[in-house]
Amino acid sequence: MTHSRTPGHATPRGLNRRALIKAAGASVLALGLGISTVQAAKLGYPEKEELIFGFIKLTDMAPLAIAYEKGYFEDEGLYVKLEAQANWKVLLDGVIDGRLDGAHMLAGQPLAATIGYGTQAHIITPFSMDLNGNGITVSNAVWEEMKPNIPKQADGKPVHPIKADALKPVVDKYKAEGKPFKMGMVFPVSTHNYELRYWLAAGGINPGYYAPHKGDTSGQIQADALLSVTPPPQMPATLEAGTIYGYCVGEPWNQQAVFKGIGVPVITDYEIWKNNPEKVFGITAEFAEKYPNTTIRVTRALIRAARWLDENNNANRPEAVKILSQPNYVGADEKVIANSMTGTFEYEKGDKRPVPDFNVFYRYYATYPFYSDAIWYLTQMRRWGQIAEAKPDSWYHEVAKKVYRPDIYKLAAESLIAEGKVKPEEMPDFATETGYKPPEKTFIDGIVYDGRHPTEYIDQFPIGLKADQTL
Amino acid sequence: MSRVITLFRNTLALEGQPGAGLNQWISRITLPLAGIAVFLMLWSFAARQIDTSLGAFPGPQAVATQFVNLYNEHVAEREKEAAFYERQEKRNAARVAEDPDYVPKIRPYTGKETFLDQIGTSLVTVMSGFLLGALLAIPLGIAIGLSPTLSQAVNPVIQVFKPVSPLAWLPLVTMVVSALYVSDDPLVSKSFLNSMITVTLCCLWPMVVNTSVGVASVDKDLVNVSRVLKLSTLRHVQKIVLPSAIPMIFTGMRLSLGVAWMVLIAAEMLAQNPGLGKFVWDEFQNGSSQSLSRIMAAVLVIGFIGFLLDRSMLWLQRRASWDKSVATS
Repeated sequence: MTHSRTPGHATPRGLNRRALIKAAGASVLALGLGISTVQAAKLGYPEKEELIFGFIKLTDMAPLAIAYEKGYFEDEGLYVKLEAQANWKVLLDGVIDGRLDGAHMLAGQPLAATIGYGTQAHIITPFSMDLNGNGITVSNAVWEEMKPNIPKQADGKPVHPIKADALKPVVDKYKAEGKPFKMGMVFPVSTHNYELRYWLAAGGINPGYYAPHKGDTSGQIQADALLSVTPPPQMPATLEAGTIYGYCVGEPWNQQAVFKGIGVPVITDYEIWKNNPEKVFGITAEFAEKYPNTTIRVTRALIRAARWLDENNNANRPEAVKILSQPNYVGADEKVIANSMTGTFEYEKGDKRPVPDFNVFYRYYATYPFYSDAIWYLTQMRRWGQIAEAKPDSWYHEVAKKVYRPDIYKLAAESLIAEGKVKPEEMPDFATETGYKPPEKTFIDGIVYDGRHPTEYIDQFPIGLKADQTL
Repeated sequence: MSRVITLFRNTLALEGQPGAGLNQWISRITLPLAGIAVFLMLWSFAARQIDTSLGAFPGPQAVATQFVNLYNEHVAEREKEAAFYERQEKRNAARVAEDPDYVPKIRPYTGKETFLDQIGTSLVTVMSGFLLGALLAIPLGIAIGLSPTLSQAVNPVIQVFKPVSPLAWLPLVTMVVSALYVSDDPLVSKSFLNSMITVTLCCLWPMVVNTSVGVASVDKDLVNVSRVLKLSTLRHVQKIVLPSAIPMIFTGMRLSLGVAWMVLIAAEMLAQNPGLGKFVWDEFQNGSSQSLSRIMAAVLVIGFIGFLLDRSMLWLQRRASWDKSVATS
């Protein structure tokens, strides 16, 4: 090495200097080695390259469509086929029995499957697909009856957000007439079910309890409004047929109701809980264990797709709308999808308002699987009796850690940062991130949610089971 | 009724007469054309009266446009497919350069199935299901027809299963297939097996019944001849039974194929198995302003293919039977 040939001085000071130089050389060497070990640890080739992913026709499946169309899956050496599924149950069963390798899932699905509510299977998620994106729509007739109860703005349009207080007199009237007030949601453990329940309960309407320990999974015990399952794409048709008076569903099925003139969206989930976590990408724990590289690579492709969707302040959204309107993806008309994907939301026909964060795919660390998000869903399952017995705080944390896998996300994100495909500031600080968001104060009823203390949170609701209450 | 039949016979008989040839020929062309024209006019008129929440009901013009669209989509998809293989080859080459031990593999195209692909899938599925059904049903029908004892024993089972809607079988078939058909590298997909077996199950019965009736009603004189000649069972079936029963067997097969085609579309819709049924269901779910006209296009294609299938069975039947008068449309 050059510095070893440097003529040294026989003084102690010179020796020191030489020693210093040597040390510096060694550290340069170490740095070099360090780089080469990073290269050695470079992400391996995927163990499984041909994959089939399932999705439901909703705009929030966008990261999958974009990862496919923009070649992000292929960049990872993955050959992915995307298949629309008939409903959430078929989709979940597909992932469990291996017909599908992974799928666009409701956040509650991996949690419910893992704790054995419904079909028992250990499903995990390394990637959260989006924030917000749902709405609650009521039929024209119900809207006309609700309208007198809603305060007006100066321009005569209703003041938003509309609380379920405005719906309560209508529900009471139906009840008095002996007509059950029926509403649709997409799945018993869906975000939509919990959001609809949250909104109804915040307005004093009891959406009913589940009692799985007694074999009652209809969720209609003591209910003022009766909720039942309808697959998302069939919501508008079911509303039109008069089978239900309202529903909570993802896009484009609220905008579709406006477009068809059969119903009026009254509130978006953004107004029920600002930036609420929505869909996740679910795979079996077995899949992640058997194919670790594939799992990381899928996560990488999805992170890049989500980034593309939000890039330059939603600049790519019009292109995304075009892709999603293809019949093999969401397939609804472009203008219907565009209504919600491009930062506006049309409530009553002609009442289009800006909701820039209605669909968030990447901003606000939307793709990171936060434990506190998982725990919120568990608290709602407990609140409505799907989890029949009292559980200690520790149980909530354990389940969240079993299902939500920020460790996989971290590997994927760090490798993307190293390749310069993602900027470090777009990601949470992995060194300090605990997976628990700070207490959230943006709920429509003003109740603060802190994921660290789930049982305390459950006890705060006026309608709902208390943490230690059993039906 | 008998007068109608006589009239019908006379019309048929006319075909052979040279004098009536030209008139006959003209009416054979013009009448169907007039029928189609009237139908199109009625359709077009009715369509404009029906307003659905997805816009007006599609008329002939909207559907014609969709046929063009569907074809263009097919062409575009094939181009995407070519690009896919090109990219894949490059990627494989790059990997081989980096990792010489790697054995490159060409994976099938991952894009969507076009309308034409779905037609192909449905046709393959229906023919496989139908052929499997025929392989099972015809020998069974012959055995039942030959032996009154067996016939009496099997009859209740057939009578119970015959009226079962094949769609009721579908969930059972799905579960059994996914339980029994476990393979890491499956030869055919599970969804194909599900549709095919459902088709087989429902086209079994008309073939069994018709074959057994055909076999049982073989002319007693012929049976006696066979007895006198002391033909072995196999020779008896081959020389006496089959030739006499062939018209009935084919009638059964024609009925079965018609049923099979109808069932397949329904099964594909219900189980989301690839094919025309899935195409219809997907479009229904999409609920776009194009959906209804695309569904209508599919309906026409389904009908036309059903018609072609029936005609080809008829043609086969004519080729195979000695008594041509049985094989009429």
